Amino acid sequence: MAKNTKKEPLFRMSKRGEVMPGWKAWGTRFIGFLLSLVVSAVVIFAITGLNPIEVFAKMGEGAFGSAKKSWVTVRDAMTMLCIAVGLAPAFKMRFWNIGAEGQILVGGLASAACMIYLKSLPGLVLIIVMMITSLIAGGLWGLLPAVFKAKWNTNETLFTLMMNYIAIQLTSFFVAQWENPPGSNSVGVINGRTGNQGWLPNLFSSGFNKDFGWNVIIVLAVTLFMYLYLNKSKHGYEISVIGDSQRTARYAGIRVNYAFVRTMVLSGAICGLAGFVAVSGSSHTISTSTAGGRGFTAIIVAWLAQFNSIVMIIFSFLLVVLQKGAQQIATSFGLNKYISEMITGIILFFLLGSEFFVNYKLRFRGRKEK
Amino acid sequence: MIQLLTSAIAFGTIIMFGAMGEILIEKAGNLNLGIPGIMYLGGIGGLIASFFYELNGGTNPFVGILLSILCCMACAAVGGLIYAFLTITLRANQNVTGLTLTIFGGGVANFLGGSLNTIAGGVGQISVPITSAGFRWYAQTFAGENWFMRIFLQRGFMAFLAIVMALVLYYFMNRTRTGLNLRAVGENPGTADAAGINVTKYKYVANIVGAGISGLGGLFYTMDYIKGTWANDGTIEGLGWLAVALVIFASWRYLRVLFGSYLFGLVYWAYLYIPGLNRSTLELFKMLPYVVTLVVLIAVSLRKKRENQPPASLGLPYFREER
Repeated sequence: MAKNTKKEPLFRMSKRGEVMPGWKAWGTRFIGFLLSLVVSAVVIFAITGLNPIEVFAKMGEGAFGSAKKSWVTVRDAMTMLCIAVGLAPAFKMRFWNIGAEGQILVGGLASAACMIYLKSLPGLVLIIVMMITSLIAGGLWGLLPAVFKAKWNTNETLFTLMMNYIAIQLTSFFVAQWENPPGSNSVGVINGRTGNQGWLPNLFSSGFNKDFGWNVIIVLAVTLFMYLYLNKSKHGYEISVIGDSQRTARYAGIRVNYAFVRTMVLSGAICGLAGFVAVSGSSHTISTSTAGGRGFTAIIVAWLAQFNSIVMIIFSFLLVVLQKGAQQIATSFGLNKYISEMITGIILFFLLGSEFFVNYKLRFRGRKEK
Repeated sequence: MIQLLTSAIAFGTIIMFGAMGEILIEKAGNLNLGIPGIMYLGGIGGLIASFFYELNGGTNPFVGILLSILCCMACAAVGGLIYAFLTITLRANQNVTGLTLTIFGGGVANFLGGSLNTIAGGVGQISVPITSAGFRWYAQTFAGENWFMRIFLQRGFMAFLAIVMALVLYYFMNRTRTGLNLRAVGENPGTADAAGINVTKYKYVANIVGAGISGLGGLFYTMDYIKGTWANDGTIEGLGWLAVALVIFASWRYLRVLFGSYLFGLVYWAYLYIPGLNRSTLELFKMLPYVVTLVVLIAVSLRKKRENQPPASLGLPYFREER
């Protein structure tokens, strides 16, 4: 089949000899991002005939148009960040935890249960109990697949995926149990009329969920912790060695299976805490859509940020601003809100593609080797 | 009881298409977690084609069916192509790319499904009565005659297409040279390459064709299951993940997919026939298909039988110069 007289291909791909300097790598990704905006604009125009610039302007308005809107954007970005930070250690060691949805839900369930059954506890104590139970619930949800992976090498991607659906059904079960008012098939706002027990208060003013809340402090603290854990601790070092090569890690005497279990408990626990932040800090209720696909989106946030917790802040905001903006478009142009997922998809495709140009270079036919 | 079997077959057909495509893709060594997105794209693609056909005065159901199947497979294949380009040529991570495809496909489909009628100047929900009736023509004629017809002829021709396709794919994968080559690519691309198999070409074709087949699951859902309309309720996504689970359940084999899909259907609808459930315990019973899949997953990993393992290079990129 292959003839010797075949022409040299137009271009060849080869791995870059040296690691690209940071600014150049981020520049490449930024170009990818700009390209994706151009493509999104073309798609928007082709489908709807609306002026894309106007659409993007409306999106900005939707995300930061008023003080309340800005807070909602920050709040949701914080929840997304918390999930991404939770996923980072698992993914860094190449443990494919796509079960964040489930871990968020069980964490949220634990929080909601505390809000319902323990509302007589004093405010601060209740919130601390909620945090602890949600950490434990999420941790247990992460523990199970890790134990099977460590002991019998059971495929963790599919295990965690199934755990999501088990968590969703568990949530449906409790929603039916806690139904309020009866027959509504939803839990309603928990403790809304009886003194807001278990709600995360605002930072600078009295009241709940109108202005910057404690969500920001909690999530940023977790983010900082994770940054230090991954970059400055022995555990973090083990995680990165395992991620690069499990064989090397074994040879170096790292107990890989133990690290799997330990890391997944931590990862699940922080995702569970994200469930607490979502329930106590924003929705004050629990439903099967409490996680709402964020467990999957956050994987991409963590991946694109190369597991750097600080960089994840930027990507969380990027995605949440997009979503909020798209909801604004949906209402003002009479379209439906799923346009945001379409644009998110396009942008992520380009960002994933741009990684190639960070790690590889193209050599065109006829060019001399340097 | 007959009702249960009918529901199980309808449910099974959707995930059977999804799983058949995914097996083809996974046999080439790509773990595509974008199956829900691909099924979304297929479902909406077919719906759009027949929508515009009927909007412009088309009345022939056969043309409508042909158009919608072609457009469905084309749209789904484009999804597969995006995934293939990113993971094979640009070597992006397969899991992350697949998840992105799921977000993208769901976004496109739900956006168009919800807005298409508004954009086209109509009111309310999209619907394609003529084509959809074409998809189910004999189902309406024979339904309710006797038990045999009620079980086997309740659903349109795509239910049979799924069975035929499973047998054809079984033959292809186990009895043809091309199928053998494809499996070699998924097991060990380096060896396959050395043996003169064009790894990149095989991977691309498997991804695109596989996506096209999975897309048919979405089409069966929109055209037959919900009778030519669109629902923004995320059902296709849940079904898509079940299709991915079914691939494991069937340990990458087409004949097992054939039976496994109906079994999933039975297990999924079983809660309707268990007495004494109230509204909340019913939700616990809906866990059953997922728990069963988990048990199978664990059992397979415990037994470690060689022939039940996933393709050896599943999820790994192949780059000749890094071998």
